[in-house]
Amino acid sequence: MAAFDPVSALLGGALIGLASVMLMVLNGRIAGISGILGGILAPGTGDKLWRLAFVAGLVGAPLVFALFGRGLGEPEMPANWILIIASGLLVGFGTRLGGGCTSGHGVCGIARLSPRSIVATGIFMASAVLVVAIVRHGLGG
Amino acid sequence: MNALTSLLCGLVFGAGLLVSGMTQPPKVLGFLDVLGRWDPTLAFVMGGALVVSGAGFALARRYGGPLPASRQRRPGPAQIDRRLVIGSVLFGAGWGLVGLCPGPALEVVASLSPKAIAFVLAMIAGMAAYDWRPARAAPATASGNEALASSDD
Repeated sequence: MAAFDPVSALLGGALIGLASVMLMVLNGRIAGISGILGGILAPGTGDKLWRLAFVAGLVGAPLVFALFGRGLGEPEMPANWILIIASGLLVGFGTRLGGGCTSGHGVCGIARLSPRSIVATGIFMASAVLVVAIVRHGLGG
Repeated sequence: MNALTSLLCGLVFGAGLLVSGMTQPPKVLGFLDVLGRWDPTLAFVMGGALVVSGAGFALARRYGGPLPASRQRRPGPAQIDRRLVIGSVLFGAGWGLVGLCPGPALEVVASLSPKAIAFVLAMIAGMAAYDWRPARAAPATASGNEALASSDD
């Protein structure tokens, strides 16, 4: 794993923020990935094209990077398939029920000082920290 | 036109995740592992994103007037309800297990890693389960907010 690099972290974060502002100004939409993807799947929403285009851009970004010789590489995932499936199910269902994820609540919502998003971000961060503590260090330490 | 700008936004967003290292689950888990060797990367990523989006949204509000898109959609009501709390607890638990949230998960599909694809399929199944979950038979307590609360936050 690469060492901590504050410059690329800040620069990458700024790009994420820029994309969020662009989507709000150009399309009038919140750049919440779970909401965008969920809207593609949800029955009866008629505005699927811009959502599909956004996801295509997201999946396409690594391919553009690969053209410049910076491949994505194999992501480091747990050995246990059941854990992977359980994690995916929880992330999918939880973000839809909670109305957002790291991008919608964590970036767009907090940037707009939405109390809902501030609370949601605090809760999913705390929940994730607790799960990592249990998995890596036994019962919470 | 909407689709083109949206595609561009997706590309910039994806570039941000790649540059910041957030497509690497170990870096995310390193941030969440407060008892281990803590990796502050995610805090810097969120900080960078919040400075730009906070300033950008504020400027757009002040000078933008009615923004170009006719259907200016913002998330619904500001109330904090049980759905928000339970959903966030579940999402956080899943996030802590693997270190992937929806954005990076979609992006690592491009690696064609079978595990990344399996994760995203499970995530999609979880979202579909939300859409198809049995409707509550409960009386109309908060049902008026139901549609609004699930706007794309």
